Amino acid sequence: MRVIDDVLAFVLGGLGSRVFGAMWPNVFIALVTLVKIACIVAPLMLSMAYLTLLERKIIGWMQARLGPNRVGPFGLAQPFADGLKLLFKEIVIPSGADKWVFLAAPVFAIAPALAAWAVVPFDDGLVLADVNAGLLTLMAITSIGVYGVVLAGWSSNSRYAFLGGMRSAAQLISYEVAMGLALIVVVMVSNSLNLGDIVRSQGKGLFANAGFSVLSWNWLPLFPVFIVYLVSIVAETNRAPFDMAEGESEIIGFHLEYSGLAFALFYMAEYASMILCSTLAALLFLGGWLSPFGFLPDGFHWLLVKVFVILTGFLWIRATFPRYRYDQVMRLGWKVFIPITLLWTLVVGAWMMSPWSVWK
Amino acid sequence: MASVKDVFKSLTLGELVSGLTVTARALFAPKTTVLYPEEKTPRSPRFRGMHALRRHPDGTERCVGCKLCEAACPAAAITIEIAPNERGERKTTRYEIDMNKCIFCGFCVEACPVDAIVETRFHEYCVESRAGLVWTKDRLLDNGARREEEIARDLARDMKYR
Ligand code: SF4
Ligand code: SF4
Repeated sequence: MRVIDDVLAFVLGGLGSRVFGAMWPNVFIALVTLVKIACIVAPLMLSMAYLTLLERKIIGWMQARLGPNRVGPFGLAQPFADGLKLLFKEIVIPSGADKWVFLAAPVFAIAPALAAWAVVPFDDGLVLADVNAGLLTLMAITSIGVYGVVLAGWSSNSRYAFLGGMRSAAQLISYEVAMGLALIVVVMVSNSLNLGDIVRSQGKGLFANAGFSVLSWNWLPLFPVFIVYLVSIVAETNRAPFDMAEGESEIIGFHLEYSGLAFALFYMAEYASMILCSTLAALLFLGGWLSPFGFLPDGFHWLLVKVFVILTGFLWIRATFPRYRYDQVMRLGWKVFIPITLLWTLVVGAWMMSPWSVWK
Repeated sequence: MASVKDVFKSLTLGELVSGLTVTARALFAPKTTVLYPEEKTPRSPRFRGMHALRRHPDGTERCVGCKLCEAACPAAAITIEIAPNERGERKTTRYEIDMNKCIFCGFCVEACPVDAIVETRFHEYCVESRAGLVWTKDRLLDNGARREEEIARDLARDMKYR
């Protein structure tokens, strides 16, 4: 990220200070930030597009099919064909719908999933905004996403969409509790809310010193919390088997009335938050950019590998399990996950205070 | 006691994992999908595709205009008109199969005493209008001329079962 600063300063420095005068340092910061944002969002959009292809391929293979392979070699142009198709479709606004809220809802859904990347570190120091309470910021931003769902359901002026919106809102809020509790445990052991520090704290310990960093990462000592977190992010992102929000085959979800690009935005939001939550899981539990073994260098590529593995897990789960019944989803959230995380918070707390603590 | 056991069993996620292994195996299993326009499945010599009218090796039409096929057709898809030709032979002047009606039962083929009307392996004949599905004598003869070798081979292979 520093490189971008230096390059821009070098290229625009002279011209900028002449045009903007004393204002230049401020303008320069804004400019640099915009460039950095583009550097994060553009690859993100591309990976979202290809995640849809990967999903269709993997689910196809698991169902003894081939998946899309007609558009371009190996179907590689398929996401663009899909995007183009949705682009050319009409956005139908139902009569009686609250037009502006109706159109703002998809934006509410996707904006947090993109904005949250500001605090996500990709490598040691490679982060747009290295804020102290990064994790808290992230939780705050992503929880806005639920407004997209509620507003979409409410503004559609359709009973099905309304009920779907209510259902998804209840689900998202319930799982956010379990997720938040899981994060608390992570914050406890790493003693920081900064995502970079959380990753760095996983790089030390008994096993890491012996060269097996992979065993020092949070997933092993916090295994139950790790599982709870993984399942919670599946529910948070409205993915199968918790895709009550969509429920296309029986109960119909909040985006029932959406078409064209507005609908595409909801889909992009789903995939963006999938990638975001997977990255977060990789950072919090799988040591982010740290390499699993002492003799291999750390780096961004490790984060990519971990995120890819978790995303594949998402798709694998979708291809395997049937959709949960709604009351089962709620029971799992409130009666199973929250008690488990609370219990483990207690256990970890006691563990940290005991002489056998591994987080000294 | 049993329910406590169940709770712990469900906490180990054992059943979920065994489900996941099934799909993981399927992921690497060989795929049997046939990539249709490029690859085709083998077809039987009895395949009932597009009809064809055949000719004798000397070029004259096999069909003797007996109208047995017209009579046998349960869907009344065949229309035949006949008139004697210049040599005084009974020949069809019009022979049409309306493929909007045809049910590909093959009765016309069975009825024909001279193996004039046959059904070929060809089945990729989609058209954009209903009128295009009424096959005239010319088209049927043309189809026969184009595939005569295959038709003869298929008939020969099937002969011992007739
Ligand atoms: S295949 Fe059957 S329905 Fe079709 S033309 Fe022949 S007899 Fe009629
Ligand atoms: S096709 Fe065969 S059955 Fe039909 S009219 Fe000609 S000879 Fe007779």
